[in-house]
Amino acid sequence: MSNNIIKRFGLPVLSSLLAVLFLWPLYIVFTNSLKTQKGIFLNVMSLPFGEYFSPKNYAEAFLRLEFIRSFFNSLFITVLSTIIIIIFASMAAWMLVRTKTKLSAFLFFLFAGSMLIPFQSVMLPLIRLMSILGGVIDRPDLFFSPFGLIFMYLGFGSSLSIILYHGFIKNIPTELEEAATIDGCNKFQTFWHIIFPLLKPITVTVGILNAMWIWNDFLLPQLVINSPEWQTIPLKMFFFFGQFSKKWHLALAGLVIAMIPIIIFYIFAQKHIVKGVTEGSIK
Amino acid sequence: MKGSKLWFGVFVFPILLTFLIVVIVPMIMGIYYSFTDWNGILNNADWVGMSNYLEVLREDKEFLDSFIFTGKFAMVSVILINLIGFSLALLVTRNSRLNNALRSIFFMPNLIGGLILGFVWQFIFTKAFDSLGGKLGLSFLEGWLSTTTTGFWGLAILMSWQMSGYMMVIYVAALQSIPESLKEAAKIDGANAWERLKNITIPLVAPAFTIGLFLTLSNSFKLFDQNLALTNGAPFNSTQMLALNIYKTAFTFNRFGLAQAKAVIFLISVAAITMTQIYFSKKREVEM
Repeated sequence: MSNNIIKRFGLPVLSSLLAVLFLWPLYIVFTNSLKTQKGIFLNVMSLPFGEYFSPKNYAEAFLRLEFIRSFFNSLFITVLSTIIIIIFASMAAWMLVRTKTKLSAFLFFLFAGSMLIPFQSVMLPLIRLMSILGGVIDRPDLFFSPFGLIFMYLGFGSSLSIILYHGFIKNIPTELEEAATIDGCNKFQTFWHIIFPLLKPITVTVGILNAMWIWNDFLLPQLVINSPEWQTIPLKMFFFFGQFSKKWHLALAGLVIAMIPIIIFYIFAQKHIVKGVTEGSIK
Repeated sequence: MKGSKLWFGVFVFPILLTFLIVVIVPMIMGIYYSFTDWNGILNNADWVGMSNYLEVLREDKEFLDSFIFTGKFAMVSVILINLIGFSLALLVTRNSRLNNALRSIFFMPNLIGGLILGFVWQFIFTKAFDSLGGKLGLSFLEGWLSTTTTGFWGLAILMSWQMSGYMMVIYVAALQSIPESLKEAAKIDGANAWERLKNITIPLVAPAFTIGLFLTLSNSFKLFDQNLALTNGAPFNSTQMLALNIYKTAFTFNRFGLAQAKAVIFLISVAAITMTQIYFSKKREVEM
């Protein structure tokens, strides 16, 4: 009997309490982002009412973050990199699955094995190599630009994306593409007209995983983006926070602004995100 | 046959070339640079043999400290994250109307970038904890992030908060693949809830544990953004993890050659630890 009471009431109460505990930090940040500096200093736990209510923190943080620009920089770099990764990773994975040679097996092994390489172990020589390559064609800044950043995301994103596509394509029967070849399609047509549409479920997964990584990435843009007008949200946030870490009312409003896009995205694409993240890790 | 080789090239070459330029060539260059006195500013880098490695191993106490700190942190956070993640998964796979809402809430922190979360928690630990501690008379809540111990637990709490929901999602997928009939059969045989969990559920989700341990271990070991934003190594670089130590050796002290030697040691450690872990987990899966 007592066991049943725990089951019926205890566990839902416990899980609700946990949910409140999980949301508490964000609640604190949000309520304090609406207070004046003095309001935060006097009482962190209070609600933002009365004389300490200060919604204009948001206006100032928004301007200081140059949020419109940094948002569109992030969006542009994330979307373009993700699309390019999807195009080239799916093409390569299909070829690697369908070609049964030693070279093909070796290349797949190389892509998969490099998953273990941490970014920090290659970042210094990577930056060096990028300036050497730019110097060779007399454009030293060529790779230190959004173009260079997207190029590097293709390189770093290739491993996981190829592994995911590889696993999915293995289970697609070859009859369809054989029929297409007999009908006179070349490989390019076969892939884009017949195969790629079949890959849609895994393409969503690959897209979400790469987009989330690139959107939140800080260190690579920090090393690569030299000009202030191309700063992404995390990059801008880093400098903004350095300036205002003693002025929590502005810093907190900035943090809330920076979190809003991803939370909106989560509300609309939650099902796909959870599915993508689960599949991405199980493979 | 010649045609198919050409097509192979067309499909594989673009991404392969990019991958080689961005990942493989820098990795090889990095091994070379770790034997030089490269300072990152001038382009010349003179061969200095093993001296960077010797300096790291003999003289650089800070690197050793950050290695130990990282190891301890990884151990604690792997246990915490997987324990919490698995418990949450058990909670949200019961028959309840709350399940979907709960899953959304527990998973959400995982989407927000590490840098932003680090700043969020800096406020929570330094301001909100202080205020809460003062109000409730709990002195252990005051002065967080000002000592090595609170910095350590601050990082562990932040990571648990961020990653438990991620692990929960993985364990939920594993739990849902267990046939209901198995649990029913055990129930009829008189097994209590704990016995069913221990003898049926946990062995059947063992492959998911391998994944969960792998992901949390490699993420904790490679942690950078959260470390930079939450403590930045303070106080006195005592909460500095490996990735941050490498970063600062290069960009604060302009010792790129030395930083690269550390980076090579880092690479070998990450690879060795994750491979050992996978080996033992796979072995256990079979035995169970």
